[in-house]
Amino acid sequence: MNTGPPILELQGVSKHFGGLSVVENLSFAVARGSRTAMIGPNGAGKTTVFNLISGVLSTDTGHILFDGDDIAAVPSRRRVRYGIARSFQNIRLMPHLTALENVMVGQHSRCSGPFGILQPINLLPNNRWRAEAGAALADAGLAAYESATVANLPYGVQKRIELVRAVMARPRLLLLDEPAAGLNSAESETLQQLLDRICANAAVTLFIIEHDMHFVGAMCDHVVVLDFGRKIAEGPLAKIRDDPLVQRIYLGTVAASMECSHAARRA
Amino acid sequence: MSGYFEGVLVLLAVNIVFAYGAFLPLAAGQLNLGLAGFAAIGAYAAAYASNSWTVTPTLAILLGGLIAGVVALAIAVPVLRTRGIYLALATFAVGQIVQATILNLEIVGGAAGYPVATFIRLPTIAAFAIVIVVIVAALFATRFGIAIRALHDDEIAADLMGVHVRAIQVAAFTVGSIIVGIGGGLYAHYFSFIEAQNFNVALSITVVLYVLLGGTQSVLGPLVGAAVFTLLPELLRGSQSWRYVVFAAALIVLMALRPQGIVTRARLHRLFAVNRQPNGIGA
Repeated sequence: MNTGPPILELQGVSKHFGGLSVVENLSFAVARGSRTAMIGPNGAGKTTVFNLISGVLSTDTGHILFDGDDIAAVPSRRRVRYGIARSFQNIRLMPHLTALENVMVGQHSRCSGPFGILQPINLLPNNRWRAEAGAALADAGLAAYESATVANLPYGVQKRIELVRAVMARPRLLLLDEPAAGLNSAESETLQQLLDRICANAAVTLFIIEHDMHFVGAMCDHVVVLDFGRKIAEGPLAKIRDDPLVQRIYLGTVAASMECSHAARRA
Repeated sequence: MSGYFEGVLVLLAVNIVFAYGAFLPLAAGQLNLGLAGFAAIGAYAAAYASNSWTVTPTLAILLGGLIAGVVALAIAVPVLRTRGIYLALATFAVGQIVQATILNLEIVGGAAGYPVATFIRLPTIAAFAIVIVVIVAALFATRFGIAIRALHDDEIAADLMGVHVRAIQVAAFTVGSIIVGIGGGLYAHYFSFIEAQNFNVALSITVVLYVLLGGTQSVLGPLVGAAVFTLLPELLRGSQSWRYVVFAAALIVLMALRPQGIVTRARLHRLFAVNRQPNGIGA
C-alpha cells in the first residue's frame, strides 16, 4: 500500500433527516491505493455515507477531504472530475440507452465544453470515444451486449455494465455499493477478477459497501464498521472479526442476516 | 401538383418542424405546453421582418426562430426550476401571456390579425423541414443527445457522471423553441395571414401529442407522429364530419396499444436485426 496522505478522509461528518440522526460525528480515512470495505447492519447509514461523499446529499457538519481538498461544498456534478465515481445499490443504468451508450455516459466528465459535447460519437463508427467504450465492455466480457438496451439485460450483466460505466470516468476513488449483492458465487468470482484487473490497470482506490463477508475477505485490506451512523470499529478484517462489539452487533448474526437478505433479494 | 396536395404537404412539413421543436424538451423529460407562444413569436417576428425590411423570407424566418430562442432562453432560467405538472402549467402560462400580448400589440395588428407581404411555397418549406430533421438527428448522435436521453432516464446518475443537467435542459428548451419559432415563420409565410388565435393552447397540445404518439425515445418518433397526425385526418375525409371522431377514437386505441409511442428503440432494434439476418445468412 502507498503511504502519503489518505485519498479520502471524513472528519466529524454528521447528517440528520429531520429529527433522525443518520450519520453522527463520523471520522475515518481511506488510504490511497487501498481496498477498504464499509460494513454494518441494514440501516447503519452506509449508503448515506456514499451519498455524502458523492454529493447526492449535503453534509450538515464536518469535512470531507478528497486528496487534501475539502469537497463538502463542491456540487455533485463536479466531484466526478475530482476523481470520484460510484455504483448504486439498486442499479441506476439508463434503461432506454444501450450498454455502449451507458458506458459512454461514463466518459462525460472527461469531455465537457461545446466541442466535447457536440462530437458526433454515434455517427462515426470509428470514433475514439466509441471505440474506447466498446473496448472497455469487451474487456469486461460484455461485448455481446454492446447494442442491447439495458432494461432487458440480466441483473448480473447490468451490475457489470454499471461498474464499467463508473470506471470510464477514470476515477481515483471508486465507490461500490454492494457490488456482489444478488450475484451467485461464480458471478462474484468474475466480479473480483474484473475489479483486480481494474485496480492493476489504474491507480484506483476501492471503497466498498458489502454484506458478503467472503467477498470482503477476498477483496479488502481494511474494514470500517458502522452502526446507527457511528463508527464502532476499524482495522483489518482479521482484527474486526475478533472485536466483541462487532460480533455482537453484526458478525455474530451474519449467517442468519445474510440468509435473510439473500432470501429477500431472491424473492 | 394540385393545390390540395401541396396544401397537405405544406401542413405536413410545418407539423414536422413543430414536432421536432416539441421533441427536444420532451426528450429531456420536460413538457412544454407553451410552444404555441414560441411559434407565435417566431411567426410575428418573421412577418414583421418581411413586412418592414427588405429581407428574403428565408432570412426573416430564421430571424423569427432566433428571437423565439432568445425569449425562450430568458424564460427557461426561471421556468425550468419547476417540474412535472408545475412546469406544464408554467409553460402553458407563458403561451397565454404571448397570445394576450399579441392581441394588444397594435403594431402587428392586434386582434385584427397581421397580413404577411411575402410568400413561400412548398419547396422552401420542405427544405426547412428536411434541414431541421437532419440537424436534430445529427444532434442526437452527439454526446449532447446521449446526455439528454441519459438525464431523461435518471437525473441523479447523470449528474454524478458529470452531466450538467440544468444546462442541457435549458439548451434543449431553447433549441426546441428556435425550431418551433421557425415553424411559426414558415406557417406565416405560406398562409400570408396570422392572428393570435392560430397560436392557442390547442396547437401546443396537438404538437405534443404528435411527439408522444410517435414516441420520444428515438429521433424518428416525431417524424412518424407528425405524419400520422397530419395524413390520417386527410385519409378519413370520406366520412366527412365524422372523421375527427374516427380519428380521436383511432388515437385512443393507439395510445392504449402502444403507450411508449409508435417508434421505440426496442422496435427499431428488432427491425434492424430482422433486416440484417437474411443478408448475413442468405447471401
